[in-house]
Amino acid sequence: MADADRIPGFDTLAVHAGAKPDPTTGARATPIYQTTSFVFDDVDHAAALFGLQTFGNIYTRIGNPTCAVLEERVAALEGGTAGLAIASGHAAQVVVMHALMTPGDELVASKKLYGGSINQFNHSYKNFGWNVVWADPDDLASFEKAVTPKTKCIFIESIANPGGIIVDIEAISKIARKAGVPLIVDNTLATPYLCKPIDYGADIIVHSLTKFLGGHGNSIGGLIVDGGTFNWSRDKKYPMLSEPRPEYQGIILHETFGNFAFAIACRVLGLRDLGPALSPFNAFLILTGVETLPLRMQRHCDNTLAVAKWLSKRPEVAWVSYAGLPGDKYHSLAKKYVPKGAGAVLTFGLKGGYDAGVELVSNVRLFSHLANIGDTRSLIIHPASTTHRQLSDAQKIQAGAGPDVVRLSVGIEDKDDIIADLEQGLKAK
Amino acid sequence: MNHDAYPDSYIRGILNTVKTIAMVGISPKDNRPSYFAFKYLMERGYRMIPVNPGQAGKTILGQKVYARLSDIPEPVDMVDIFRATEHVPPVVKEAIALQPKPNVIWMQLMVRNDEAAKLAEDAGLKVVMNRCPKIEYGRLSSEISWMGVNSRTLSSKRAQNLGSGVQRMRLGPSENDKP
Repeated sequence: MADADRIPGFDTLAVHAGAKPDPTTGARATPIYQTTSFVFDDVDHAAALFGLQTFGNIYTRIGNPTCAVLEERVAALEGGTAGLAIASGHAAQVVVMHALMTPGDELVASKKLYGGSINQFNHSYKNFGWNVVWADPDDLASFEKAVTPKTKCIFIESIANPGGIIVDIEAISKIARKAGVPLIVDNTLATPYLCKPIDYGADIIVHSLTKFLGGHGNSIGGLIVDGGTFNWSRDKKYPMLSEPRPEYQGIILHETFGNFAFAIACRVLGLRDLGPALSPFNAFLILTGVETLPLRMQRHCDNTLAVAKWLSKRPEVAWVSYAGLPGDKYHSLAKKYVPKGAGAVLTFGLKGGYDAGVELVSNVRLFSHLANIGDTRSLIIHPASTTHRQLSDAQKIQAGAGPDVVRLSVGIEDKDDIIADLEQGLKAK
Repeated sequence: MNHDAYPDSYIRGILNTVKTIAMVGISPKDNRPSYFAFKYLMERGYRMIPVNPGQAGKTILGQKVYARLSDIPEPVDMVDIFRATEHVPPVVKEAIALQPKPNVIWMQLMVRNDEAAKLAEDAGLKVVMNRCPKIEYGRLSSEISWMGVNSRTLSSKRAQNLGSGVQRMRLGPSENDKP
């Protein structure tokens, strides 16, 4: 580069960050290092690697060069200091909490979250003695009220799934700062193309790569980004980072690794001991997806806004929830946090209720009826008859999955074809 | 120099120029960051000299330990300070008084003393604060990318192996350096 200190733009990072030509073969595309283990350069090198004294590869459960490219890529896109690839978004959350929480500790979480996360926090975490306290992103004071001396972190989604809710990240980050705890943001629906929560005070980012970052509906994956912003040693509340680790001859991770110590803690303690490593093959597929993230995400958003506008004029439709629509409750927050587009997931209500929802998902021909989001293909689901089927009607409504609700994840096909499919689906009897 | 954000060219320039580094405050314990950094930099070809009054006369990683900078019987290019922020000024004053003067004062991760930095800069020395030379070497050589760390570097040129083995990387004079 003419100017070695030039700071590259987002689209350049999406293609290049973390992926120099392979140092041994010169391969330009990132190779799939489909291997469990790596030979050591010599005995000293092996000892230094196991002692965390040098940087390198040992065993794919702890690190893999293909996964490492993905880690650096997403960390760069988010503006963080380091990343860690995990087998799924759900597992990424467990690894993050494992580094922060001890039995009896609490996490404060937004109650507007992906249903799977609500389940994980409410039920699975109980077995670890981690207790969730719910707060409402529409009532910021509820976050402050939820904080106790046992609170170890605050967890929110930037764009909440599925309701099209935009969360005021900056306001909640101030509450986290005052409480002396890190703010964790699940940035899956926004992706760093639409929103970079670290710029608004987030300390840790988690992703389900399965969705828009991978973007092609072919691989499950998760990722943790260390924002490098939190002082883990200040209050000695996070012993995994601030105290000597018996697993590593008494090393103190924060003083050794500085502003990427959290990512290292997640790797050398959480990932090593819990084991949810991402397959290098999945990392390769997801990386290929990330290269086109800016192009895809803009198209997703443009298509979604067109669909939302069209739906809001239909006689069969009672309401549309999409923060990109002027007049939507979250439109002003959307203008601040996601000015390029409010994502590609929207919900709407059918006047015909439960039966109309079942009919629509049966009638569509381009939309796929399935329980994922963030695919190149347009996806549709009727939560009341599928993902939220086991809940009572009252619980369904509280979860934003009332009998009339349909959720779309709008793909990157021609928007006229997407709209035509919905039109025939609504009309067909 | 803006000590909040160093250009990569500044750090790379320093790490490619200095040959002898005196590390003040090195610990003899193999689980301490100073010991790691000393060992790592020694493996990358720097002449490393340990300085620690409590260990004077002993050896660390085979190198003779000196009590203070002025005891070192050879010229030093860079002084790497592994001491708490408040203990930095006397070390910097001692470094500036050396004949010949070192070129660089480097304060470790989480160590930043702007007053001491000004003293050194006024005496014509380059200063780096709140950074670790091991991490910076690993970052600019791409070796740290094995760990998913954001190296904040892009290149269409291969990273260069250190010479023995395949995982250890060497720092070239610039991103576009030919092997």
